[in-house]
Amino acid sequence: MTGPQIDQLIQLLAKLPGLGPRSARRAALHLIGRKEALLRPLAEAMRQAADSVAPCGTCGNLDSVEPCSICRDGRRDDGAICVVEGVGDLWALERAAIFRGRYHVLGGTLSALDGIGPEDLNIGGLIARAADPKVKEVILATNATVDGQTTAHYLAERLQDCGVMVSGLAHGVPVGGELDYLDDGTLATALGSRRPV
Amino acid sequence: MNWSDEGFVLSVRRHGESSAIVNLLTRQHGRHAGLVRGGGGRRLRGVLQPGNEVAATWRARLSEHLGSFTVELQRARAAALLASGDRLAGLTAAVGVVAAALPEREPHPALFEGFTALLDALADSPAWPAVYVRFELGLLAELGFALDLSRCAVTGATEDLAFVSPRLGRAVSRAAAAPYRERLLPLPPFLLGAQAGDLEAGQILDGLALTGHFLESQIFTPHNQPLPAARTRLVDRISRTTTTSGDMIAP
Repeated sequence: MTGPQIDQLIQLLAKLPGLGPRSARRAALHLIGRKEALLRPLAEAMRQAADSVAPCGTCGNLDSVEPCSICRDGRRDDGAICVVEGVGDLWALERAAIFRGRYHVLGGTLSALDGIGPEDLNIGGLIARAADPKVKEVILATNATVDGQTTAHYLAERLQDCGVMVSGLAHGVPVGGELDYLDDGTLATALGSRRPV
Repeated sequence: MNWSDEGFVLSVRRHGESSAIVNLLTRQHGRHAGLVRGGGGRRLRGVLQPGNEVAATWRARLSEHLGSFTVELQRARAAALLASGDRLAGLTAAVGVVAAALPEREPHPALFEGFTALLDALADSPAWPAVYVRFELGLLAELGFALDLSRCAVTGATEDLAFVSPRLGRAVSRAAAAPYRERLLPLPPFLLGAQAGDLEAGQILDGLALTGHFLESQIFTPHNQPLPAARTRLVDRISRTTTTSGDMIAP
């Protein structure tokens, strides 16, 4: 029905998250129909990204410059490092524009099931950065999952000798959350973490 | 095929974009896997945390199929443990050992009871490390490798049992053990019925070394597997939280 180039394009698009074969065909048709406005710029952007984007050697963020633009930014607070599981989490915190310190991307969490141990994560780099006298606080922003918190406790132990304050994100009622709809575990954690008003 | 049972989440592995293959420890059907549609999504992510108690219904056309689970949260046990590194290490070690050691689809109601007791202890008992060691002893017994701690393997004595033979899995009295002491595993008194409150120096570590030896030699090594990394981390953690006098720091 179609040429091999289009088939290949559809097959590659179908591998993207959120796209199946049917939606990949629609995307391919859309791209081909807007060759100059969309297909060529997209191909060029992808080629440039493939050539230049790489993990930052300092924090693990993805960028086309080394060190990344966050590590280069002199206006950021060198005294705080926020540790996240993945680049997606870093982007989420940056979107919120609430943290002005540095980041450190672990590249996953400890997971016995998947055979991910401390040596598979970017932990050595974090310990080295935390040993810098300028660093006063390490914020462990791992997910509120069993694997995420297991990793956080492990990091807290490893950071004990670095002389920095180690903190973690609060767990509890989300903004806009209604108590009636929360599971008992979240409610228990929220009640346990209550504070004076 | 269709059944409903209560169970604990042991492990979750993403399958495709939104589904997950979930391993449960169920009361009547043992360790059982199944596909949970939407298990990788936001709605079920909090439910499918290891240690959480769920009501599960399994459906498949044939019994040998993987089948699919629908799960409903009964008790979010994992959330209560997230704040304590020691207790979380206990939870991850227990689910890691059970998931790796227990054969699939083999009912072990006694082990289910033991796992429930362990999670109860993890939630609120300072003696949870002793309960963990007893749970591993129970696991060994359920898998056919029960240790005989009732009498001395050499003399038949029931008093002053202080060691376990690493080959026989049987207790040895202090007197009979004297010539071979270096080659025997210490038997912590709390496994002989002493109260958990009477725990003395390093007893928990002795207990973990005892169960770890038999788990490794009888179950994991024959399958060319190491002990689960989560269990090794638990032992490391307990070693560090034991004071120089050997007393456990209450977690």
